[in-house]
Amino acid sequence: MKQTPKTIALIGNPNTGKSTVFNALTGLRQKIANYPGITVERKIGTSIIGGVLHQIIDLPGAYSLNFKKLDERIAYQTLIGNFEFENTPDLVLAIVDASNLDRNLFLVTQVMDLEIPVVLVLNMMDVAEQKEIKIDVEAISNNLGIPVIPITAKNKNDIDRLKTTLADLDIPSTKPLEWLESFQLRQALGTIKAEWIDPHANLPESAKNTEALRLISEGTFDGAFYEFKEKGKGEEVIQKARSILENAGENPMAAEVLQRYDFIDNVTKDSLTQNNLNGQTLTDKIDAVVTHRILGPIIFVSILMLMFQAIFSWATPFMDFMDLVFIKSGTWIADFLPEGMLNDLLVEGAIAGLGGVFIFLPQILILFLFIYILEGTGYMARAAFVMDGFMTKVGLHGRSVVPLMSGFACAIPGIMATRTIENWRDRIITIMVLPFMACSARLPVYALLIAAFVPATSVLGIFTYQGLTFFGLYIFGIVMALVAASVMTRFFPKGTQTPFIMELPAYRVPKWDVILKNVFDRGWIFLKEAGKIIFAISIVLWFLASFPQVDNTDYAAHSYEGESIKSYQLRHSFAGKFGKIIEPAIEPLGFDWKIGIGLITSFAAREVMVGTLNTIYSIEGDDEDIVTLKQKLINDTNPATGKPVYSVATALSLMIFFALAMQCMSTIAIVRRETNSWKWPTAMFVYMSGLAYICSFLTYQIGSAL
Amino acid sequence: MPQFLSEITKPGSFKIKNLMGNESTRLMEMGVLPGLSLQVIRKAPLGFPIEIKVRGILLTLREVEASCIELEL
Repeated sequence: MKQTPKTIALIGNPNTGKSTVFNALTGLRQKIANYPGITVERKIGTSIIGGVLHQIIDLPGAYSLNFKKLDERIAYQTLIGNFEFENTPDLVLAIVDASNLDRNLFLVTQVMDLEIPVVLVLNMMDVAEQKEIKIDVEAISNNLGIPVIPITAKNKNDIDRLKTTLADLDIPSTKPLEWLESFQLRQALGTIKAEWIDPHANLPESAKNTEALRLISEGTFDGAFYEFKEKGKGEEVIQKARSILENAGENPMAAEVLQRYDFIDNVTKDSLTQNNLNGQTLTDKIDAVVTHRILGPIIFVSILMLMFQAIFSWATPFMDFMDLVFIKSGTWIADFLPEGMLNDLLVEGAIAGLGGVFIFLPQILILFLFIYILEGTGYMARAAFVMDGFMTKVGLHGRSVVPLMSGFACAIPGIMATRTIENWRDRIITIMVLPFMACSARLPVYALLIAAFVPATSVLGIFTYQGLTFFGLYIFGIVMALVAASVMTRFFPKGTQTPFIMELPAYRVPKWDVILKNVFDRGWIFLKEAGKIIFAISIVLWFLASFPQVDNTDYAAHSYEGESIKSYQLRHSFAGKFGKIIEPAIEPLGFDWKIGIGLITSFAAREVMVGTLNTIYSIEGDDEDIVTLKQKLINDTNPATGKPVYSVATALSLMIFFALAMQCMSTIAIVRRETNSWKWPTAMFVYMSGLAYICSFLTYQIGSAL
Repeated sequence: MPQFLSEITKPGSFKIKNLMGNESTRLMEMGVLPGLSLQVIRKAPLGFPIEIKVRGILLTLREVEASCIELEL
């Protein structure tokens, strides 16, 4: 460790405090980015150890290098230097939970096979002590043949000690396959390596043993991430290797695992004393209430309601404040600069665009504050356990509930929250159906249309048609999300079977600095990565609604009676022309060109529809309220037929359209960021808008026929 | 008649006899091995997942995984 800068990778099971170690080592010197082409985040930072700057990589949590999840594959590929432009790390710190040593050592024995120097970091020594687990650190080190450093990562002194110990350490490289005793398994492994991997597969030397073992246990090439030739021959060789084991009465799926645990038992035999592992702990006592058959769901729903309350009402003052800041600075610049195009571009394009990005921040921060607290205490896994049975009915995971429910406030934080879903397939499906949840941006549109076209007649005494329509639209959103999810689970390839085994970590008091840092990171990632797309589209939308510019003489000569200049401008802009062009396409839905324009401009955000209609109907200044607009909509008649433009059927059709269509550029932007590809946002836009078109068409046609 | 974890309806202590099926590899990797004792803690509101404790670790399994674990009678 004394020499040149090195790349150090941290690996460990989930819930071993790996992130705490990473944060403590790197402080704020870290970067989060997506791995190229996939949804897994890569955390890289730097740390000065022994006066030398080292690069630290925080690998995703993994139970095994025989990967069953994308996260685990990424961890494995990084360790063997399989990612482009990356080398094998120079050192691996295997972070293990000292209170759970034997299970954690399984992964360590796998990492040791990769011929990378490994240092074992025994974390959570305090927890182990509480559980009266005694560990002879020196004996473990001797038995494993690697250095072992015991720490409690939340103690700053321990991190300093970890650094100085590392700085002084001479780290020998590990010997692979030390655990391997069985003659048959060794023979099977040798067969696959010699007859297939060596001649046909493009793999680094150090990864060949691990891959051979994976093929023996899996029995297929599923999940192979490297180039290879002669698949048929490979399958033959795998069968041959497996039959070596089978003929000796061993189970090829289990042989490796059982031997590793035999090895671990030998390592810990004289160095680990733990008794009464299955006794009642505080965690068990809390769980008896929190995961109770009846109390569990009640507690979960209460927490959800509190979250909603927070997102809806606590966020409002902050959102109003953001709004005010951007409006004020807009007015200030508008007054300060001479009138003209630059002024318009800055105020109505750029500043409005920035405002449209920042407005999401309060809800995102509040939601993630809740999520990280729930994750940090260990409750989130319990919530998933309680809800899983309900969610599997539509093919989703218990962890999908919180993101889906967050979608009622806004799809953006909801989609960001899907990262708590470990399984890739569950995560994508949750993202794809989440925008059906009736977000708060739909409220103004629903409110306007319901107030204008649904009678306030009461039903059954306490309800009104208006209230029922509102309720119906919310239920409609939920039902569509669940239906879409259960349809999608049929189309999604299962791929390699991802296990749904979930560990319930012991309850912990969350670390506030870690939570606040994570919350801050989420907000920053949103601003930086989704923000730039939202900003760019805002500018484009502003341009479409403002150009070509009209002049006052044209306005005086050609405007309708009572038409404002703003309305005239919008009607003659690209957006206005486009609204007219699409009129024939949206006519069967009951929409005219005015709604057409609104559909285009409301891509900035659904509630913009109301503002656009205000402009089109030349409602200005103090008149800009829902009552005036409501009257204008009711009174609007078609000049050709003399009939009202809007009927109840039109209003219902428009509401259905808003309930279903992908009318939100910010959602597109965040899906792009979270899935790291344009494929999913494109698919989302096409299927949701297509569905909206069909359902609105049916609504209007059936509605008008009745 | 072999008895599988998926058929257990009441909490209690059991001994793992064997593991089989596709999901069993990961269970074994996570330390659920033949010969160890297994506690059934509780079942979720709709019956599954099921919560178990092995080596002092709490795990939740869906029906597919629970049916991989054969218990000693």
